[in-house]
Amino acid sequence: MFALSPEEISAVVLSLKVAFWAVAVSLPAGIAVAWLLARREFPGKAALDALIHVPLVVPPVVVGYLLLLLFGRKGLVGGWLYDTLGVTVAFSWQGAAIAAAVMAFPLMVRAIRLSMEAIDPRLEQAARTLGATPRDVFFSVTLPLTGSGIVVGVILAFARALGEFGATITFVSAIPGETTTLPLALYGLTQIPGQEAAALRLVVLSVVIAFAAMLLSEIVARRVRRRISGA
Amino acid sequence: MTLAVDIRRTLGAFTVEAKFDCAGGVTALFGRSGAGKTSIVQMIAGLVAPGRGRIAFDDTVLFDSAANIDVAPERRRVGYVFQDARLFPHMTVRRNLTYGARRNADRRGGPGNGPGNGNGTAPGIGPGNGPGNAIGFDAVVEILGIAALLERHPRDLSGGERQRVAIGRALLANPRLLLMDEPLASLDAERKWEIIPFIQRLRREFAIPIVYVSHAVDEVLRIADDMVLLADGRAVAAGPVEDVMNRPELARIAGEGDAGSVIRVGVARVEPAYGLAELSFAGGVFRVAAPDLRPGETLRIRVRARDVSLALDRPQNVSVLNIFRGTVTRIDDSPGPQVDIEIDVGGTPIRSRITRKSCDELGIAPGRAVYAMVKAVAIDRSEARR
Repeated sequence: MFALSPEEISAVVLSLKVAFWAVAVSLPAGIAVAWLLARREFPGKAALDALIHVPLVVPPVVVGYLLLLLFGRKGLVGGWLYDTLGVTVAFSWQGAAIAAAVMAFPLMVRAIRLSMEAIDPRLEQAARTLGATPRDVFFSVTLPLTGSGIVVGVILAFARALGEFGATITFVSAIPGETTTLPLALYGLTQIPGQEAAALRLVVLSVVIAFAAMLLSEIVARRVRRRISGA
Repeated sequence: MTLAVDIRRTLGAFTVEAKFDCAGGVTALFGRSGAGKTSIVQMIAGLVAPGRGRIAFDDTVLFDSAANIDVAPERRRVGYVFQDARLFPHMTVRRNLTYGARRNADRRGGPGNGPGNGNGTAPGIGPGNGPGNAIGFDAVVEILGIAALLERHPRDLSGGERQRVAIGRALLANPRLLLMDEPLASLDAERKWEIIPFIQRLRREFAIPIVYVSHAVDEVLRIADDMVLLADGRAVAAGPVEDVMNRPELARIAGEGDAGSVIRVGVARVEPAYGLAELSFAGGVFRVAAPDLRPGETLRIRVRARDVSLALDRPQNVSVLNIFRGTVTRIDDSPGPQVDIEIDVGGTPIRSRITRKSCDELGIAPGRAVYAMVKAVAIDRSEARR
């Protein structure tokens, strides 16, 4: 009864692919921004902080539309991408990944930043007196001690990316096999009379995937915490 | 090996302004909390920039505001032992210990001081280049008594163990100079006395100058050779511990109970029958019940003012063994029922605390000859100065 149809499999695989790339590409930036906010003082810090949080507070449709303006073939970034590289991200799965990444970014940065702020900066000072350059301190002390925060940030962002709907449908529409992720497919089914059973299957599938992801995150986070505090 | 410090930094209403030299051995930065001690060592380490001034170690300039020199902390080779050990929680004791060693290996100029093969004979450069003084992993682990802790994590260590590991970690980075910022302040008294012998051994075994921050007289007396007295961000006195400790302004900073005099003595002989050691100093000989001392040793002893009473005539038939004739040089005229009197005994100042009533009745005044009866002597450090 629960054998998945090709469309369903395609939606699941696409969702996982989009979420994976959204997180993978934004993670280095997320760590960098979290470090800037946690450890540096610079003019415009408050503005940067606010800008990152915008996707959390505006309607996702707004973000999707802004992305369309920015990354569309005539947009500031999209135009350049098309002219120099011949690449179009709007209405492609890469575009879906960008939308998911932007929407998930505040959650990721927040988790990493909190964990970084909890590290005693005096440990970093101690490392300097032992001969470590600032770069070395970051990789040998700050980053390892941020481990659990990074895991939490990644999981939160992945979950958010999996569930992304508003910005995605606005930016890349719902093209079967290209941009129709799980939530978009589900929404599509709810619009067609007589597809209640199929919709319900996707609902169950979504819950199972989400639950598995959270369970995995808890296990990994616990293991990382134990390694850091040294059991 | 001389550290020359001349710095000035203003932070709000508080100004730290200090000029002093540290000429090897252990130099204590002594003062009450808030006197600017930690600020000064942070400036030496490069963690805080002085507003103006110059910090140099021998020919190496670490900071010079006039020449616009400010060497980064990781390039200063100044070890720092913090009050709170600041061990890295995600590393074992062994990895903590080798953290600095791994990073400074290229600057060491010779192989062999790494973990596992540091047998103490590796040719090091820097402070440890005297014969047999290379700072090797095994030697440090042995001296600090932390061999059993190597595979543990910091959170499984006691406060005293953590502090010993922190000292080892700083030493193994092969510094030219070691800063210790109240390393014992966060420990209870028992742990404190457990660590002090380790620090005394460091001083003996490694020819590395140490700047030791403290607000505790007993620590300074046991550990330091020289001291800089700080008050309100200023260095008010500097010199050998014996000299600075006997200055009158110290009594106000050190607190009531510790007022007294610090005297360097040599062990002349030990009389086995009574277990009495004869300790000679410029003004005479102390006889102290200390059968374990060896003739030829140099000691630092402390005579508290409250353990010294005065007589105008040579006391007869008393149990006190240590009676010295001297001349009153100064009477502390602070109000209160007790007065502190300084007596010159053959060039060595001894202080006595007696009641104002006794002082008046005996007619004690500067220039007057008196006999000082010393009831107790504390031996603070039983080892020769370098």
